[in-house]
Formats: sequence, structure tokens, C-alpha cells
Amino acid sequence: MTRRVRLALFGVSAGGLTALMLWAVSGLPAFGDYHHRYGILLNKVAVSERHATNVVTAIVFDYRGFDTLGEEFILFASVMGVALLLRDVREDAERPRDATHSDVLGLVGIGLAAALLVLGLYVVAHGPITPGGGFQGGIVLASAFVIVYLAGEYRAYRRLTPHPALDLVEGTGAGGYAVIGIASMLLGSAFLHNFGPFGMPGTLASAGSIALLNIAVALEVSAAFVLLFTEFLEELMDTRLETG
Amino acid sequence: MIPLQAMAIALAALFAPLVVLTRDLVRLTMAASLYAFSLVVLFVILQAPDVALSELVVGAVAFPIVIVVAIVMQRG
Repeated sequence: MTRRVRLALFGVSAGGLTALMLWAVSGLPAFGDYHHRYGILLNKVAVSERHATNVVTAIVFDYRGFDTLGEEFILFASVMGVALLLRDVREDAERPRDATHSDVLGLVGIGLAAALLVLGLYVVAHGPITPGGGFQGGIVLASAFVIVYLAGEYRAYRRLTPHPALDLVEGTGAGGYAVIGIASMLLGSAFLHNFGPFGMPGTLASAGSIALLNIAVALEVSAAFVLLFTEFLEELMDTRLETG
Repeated sequence: MIPLQAMAIALAALFAPLVVLTRDLVRLTMAASLYAFSLVVLFVILQAPDVALSELVVGAVAFPIVIVVAIVMQRG
């Protein structure tokens, strides 16, 4: 295909796509105009029914909890795939220490890691109350470990995140979500139905099983991301060793 | 649409083509991170703090880290 033909083809399809997009956009409701009945209903009932002041968390972990189960398993399966692909080809030997080391970097890194750890736990624990939750908090927790590595402490990072512990935490998070769902069935309601106790709205011990599911997701997400990073990192170390 | 919202949308519209047009991989990662950050601002202004937090941790932090590690791996 010559350049001219390609350009002509691009011109026709881009023009057509633009026209279709403009047509679609012209049919959209006005900006900020919201008439979705389900959303308006949930906004009204979430606090009184589930005692969760963050309606988004109430939707993600309760009214639409089953979707989140699927999302969690997608993450679990993809990270497991990465681990299977990368871990298979290398032996589990202790890697050499990084050549560079800086005390200042180490100090700043440890300070940052501690702050991130507290922030992550805060975001996870306050999931049902304020914006945030297991997913966001889990990544913040994982980045605390990544900071330890970035501060030049590869050995400390590996000691903090041994493979068996990571696998265990990730599996517990993913499995825990399903177990909480089954617990509601044992208590006589539908799968993942919130079984309480609901507590005072706006306090840490509120929203019933939403808080528990939140913690399960935080475990899964933080371990999954650390695992992903570790696998990539070890692959990198191997490449360095081979090339000298 | 208030001016602040229009500005946030314009900012995102500015960074999005930057990601597409950048060729150098390291710069591309930074551009992608910046674009994600502009989306974070947009989500906050549109009063979606939960989505903003997700975008912040995934788009502006986690995704660039994975890409940077991949780039380092590629270079050996």
C-alpha cells in the first residue's frame, strides 16, 4: 500500500469517525444533567440502609459486590499469569546487592515508606466513610514497599516481601472476598449480601461486611502489585547478571 | 459547564495528544503520567474523588513504574 492510498484511507475513516462522534455527542444529555434513576435511588438509600457515608464504596462492595468479585479475580489471574511466566525460568537464588548506596536516600526512603504505609492503612480503613477504599489504599500500601526498593535497599525489600508471604496474602485477599460472600449465604441471605453489624454511620466500625470486603481487596491488590513489581525486578536483576 | 471544568477538560485535551506524539519511551512515560494527573484534576473538579484516587495511584504512579522498569529491562 503506498503512502497516498494509506493517507486517503485514513482521511476517509477519520472523517467518517468524526462525523459519527459529533452525531453521538449531539445526542448526549446536557453537561451535568443526571437522570439515572438507579444512581439517584442509591444516593438516597445507601446511608440509611448500609450506614456507609461513601456511596461509591457501598455500590462497589455491596450493591454491585458481585462485579467486584469478578474484577478481583481478573487481577488475581493476570498477576498469577505474570508470576507463572517469569518465575518458571529462573532459580530462586539470593540476588547480589545493588552497587550504589546512599544514606540520605535510604533515610528519605524509609521516612516516605512509613508515611505511605500509614496513608495506605488510613485510605483502606476509611473506605466506607470517605473517598478511597481497598483498591486505592492497596496500591498506596504496595508503593510503600516499592519506595524501600527505590531507596536502594534491595535486600531489605526482598526480606520484607518474600514470595511465600506475598502468595499467601494475595490468595487470602482473593479467597477472603469469596468466603465473606459465602458467609452471607450461611447466615441465610444471598451471596455477598451485607450481613452487618452496621454500626454508627461515619465511624470506622460501620457499614457491616463492606468494611471486611474492603480489607480483603486491600490485601489482594497490595500483594498483587508488590508481586508484579518483584517479578519484573528479579527478571531485571537476572538480565543484569547475564550481561555482566 | 463552569470555567474551572472547561479548563480541566482543556488540560486533559492538551496532554492526551502529547502522549500520542511523544516518541522517546522515557518521555512518553512522563507524558502518560502527566496526562493521568490532568485526569485526576478533572475527576476532582467533577466531584468524583474515588475515581480521582484510583486514577492517581494507577495512572500517575503504578503504570509509569511498571513501564520504567520494563524500559530498564529492555536496555539491560
